[in-house]
Amino acid sequence: MIIKYFSWVKDLAETNEESIELPENVKDIKDLISFLEKKNKKYKEIFSKKHLIKIAVNKEYVNTSFKINKNDEIAFFPPVTGG
Amino acid sequence: MNVITPKIKIQNADFDTNYENNNLIVKNSGALVNFVGTVRGNLQSSEKILSMTLEHYPGMTENEILNIVNKAIKKWEIENVTVIHRVGKLFPRDNIVYVGVSSRHRQNAFDACNFIIDWLKTNAPFWKSEEIEGAKNWVKARDEDTLALKKWDN
Repeated sequence: MIIKYFSWVKDLAETNEESIELPENVKDIKDLISFLEKKNKKYKEIFSKKHLIKIAVNKEYVNTSFKINKNDEIAFFPPVTGG
Repeated sequence: MNVITPKIKIQNADFDTNYENNNLIVKNSGALVNFVGTVRGNLQSSEKILSMTLEHYPGMTENEILNIVNKAIKKWEIENVTVIHRVGKLFPRDNIVYVGVSSRHRQNAFDACNFIIDWLKTNAPFWKSEEIEGAKNWVKARDEDTLALKKWDN
């Protein structure tokens, strides 16, 4: 699974993209967030700002209960500021 | 509803507003409305902005803008639409975004243009960072932009 990060979420993640092996018990975005938070404290900092984190799966907005698969492209990013 | 092919572009290069406007004028259009967003020269605190860098999520950006444009096409009778958004490093007074809509009568073009830029600002995955003397900061999203969507509730 590929995870992408943008803007200040990318700064906190210290990377713009990473590839991870999805454990069996990770079924949805909520599970993925808990998995990442356990992996490294930098993710704890990112997801402590939960209300500011937007999520996309395969380039479409989703919420935390969205089911994910091992070939999905996930993205975490802050509210957008274009225009 | 007209069958139209919107032009949607994400690019580093500048755009020519006159050129884009002219391309939107078609046989049946009697009105043309455009919005151009530009880089401000200073923050609210009057501190000088040296430059601005825009990043985006390639692929998702184009999809989101197309979704917004398609909603506008369903909602109003319009003849033609163009959306161009620049990315990369920009300087004060540089163009950032162009939204142009042509229609038979003016109200549809005004409303559709307004709708597209309102939704682009809150949904299209772009992020700005501003460079001021000695610092580079990610721009915070404005509550006003989210509130602006309320007028499209119906």
